[in-house]
Amino acid sequence: MDMPVGAATRAAFQITVNGEPREVDVDLRTTLLDLLREHLGLKGPKKGCDHGQCGACTVLVGGRRINACLSLAIMHEGESVTTIEGVGLPGRLHPLQAAFLTRDAFQCGYCTPGQICSALGMLAEARCGEPSGATLDLATGATPLTDAEIRERMSGNICRCSAYPQILEAIRDIAGPAPEISP
Amino acid sequence: MRPFTYERAEDAHGAARAAAETPGAKFLAGGTNLLDLMKLEIERPQHLIDVGRLPLAEIGETGDGGLRIGAMATNSAVAADRRVRTRYPVLTEAIVAGASAQLRNKATIGGNLLQRTRCPYFYDPSKPCNKREPGAGCSAIGGEARGNAILGASEACVATHPSDMAVALSALEARVETISSAGATRTLALDDLHLLPGDAPHLETGLGHGELVTAVVLSPAPQGRQQYRKVRDRASFAGGLFSLALAGDRLALGAVALKPWRARKAEAALAAGAAPADAADAELADARPSGRNAFKITLARRVIAAALEGTPYP
Repeated sequence: MDMPVGAATRAAFQITVNGEPREVDVDLRTTLLDLLREHLGLKGPKKGCDHGQCGACTVLVGGRRINACLSLAIMHEGESVTTIEGVGLPGRLHPLQAAFLTRDAFQCGYCTPGQICSALGMLAEARCGEPSGATLDLATGATPLTDAEIRERMSGNICRCSAYPQILEAIRDIAGPAPEISP
Repeated sequence: MRPFTYERAEDAHGAARAAAETPGAKFLAGGTNLLDLMKLEIERPQHLIDVGRLPLAEIGETGDGGLRIGAMATNSAVAADRRVRTRYPVLTEAIVAGASAQLRNKATIGGNLLQRTRCPYFYDPSKPCNKREPGAGCSAIGGEARGNAILGASEACVATHPSDMAVALSALEARVETISSAGATRTLALDDLHLLPGDAPHLETGLGHGELVTAVVLSPAPQGRQQYRKVRDRASFAGGLFSLALAGDRLALGAVALKPWRARKAEAALAAGAAPADAADAELADARPSGRNAFKITLARRVIAAALEGTPYP
């Protein structure tokens, strides 16, 4: 079946990106990721797989991490999006960005903006006591951020250079030392 | 991706009516499955009805001590809810065993139930698939897919349902609330939501044209132990090869069929005093491999027995 002639396939709307309200006018098929990269010039969020499997496109919407590739831009009308450019820029790095440098937590760097945005979302989730697949005690809501917890919670971000040990160290620098868990 | 038109629904009845009246319309909630399939042009909606902002995200008590979970509640919100974690821990365990945190933050409960199979041949438009194109044939039968169904499959389709959450909901005997395009509400058992493939695997649910899932309702938690176990190829962010949900004396199996598989034969055997391994055998007596997935029958038997005995993973 064909589209009805004259049907609207574009939309104009407002979206806040890194604290700045933006007016955009895009084809309805535009994903949030393509809006950020191709229309707003923010090349931090990366298109890795474009199917929600690699996490390179991770951004924060209303403070929660999502895959920008699996969302339409129009779904975020009026919402607030934070990309890596809104986390920190050269000269005023976020402590987690600085930790990634200190710990050498990347090689090619392609997954890094997604890793950092994801880690920031992850730390907020853990602070709120949200459980993960590594959480041992669901009932109490206490989710001590063990290394196993961080690895599980970050499994939506793939690093094909395999910098995982250093990524863990960088996140650990921000999250504090691993808690001691009685067996 | 094919072009489409878009509207943001203002109320549930209006959304259902628009879905019934607009040719080629689909509901859009979190979008994590639908948009993926639209990129591959496996889904080709002409019109999207965005139901993501409907006021259906609340989790609230029911009068009888159960919980009503709004269909637009995210997977993350449900998994983190204190009442869910303490009264229905099998549901939290199942949700956090699925997907990644980014996906769970976006995906809704209603969308989770209605997500489509991950059969690799369904995802490959160059191969025949009865689900994509009725009558085209099934590439998965005798194919490479090790994840195929072992229960309830047909000559037309051997795909499995991918949801972890739905397996827990089956064991919890959850009910699904809907609204029709005429504005009528109804409640159906979760086990009646998904259809086995038969000779029409493109028909996936018992929902009517335009019918919208509005909530999942849980009865008071059953007495006894709850647990979700999932076996997969890697430790995180991977679909299951086999999973099970245990809730008191109720058992449901995942990754074995085109719907969450309530293991009533195993339950009956246990009630009659059967040993765990014998109860597993009772359920799996009808299990049939459909390709390179015969290992799943052995795997299922071992995991069921271990879970019922309360021993660690086999």
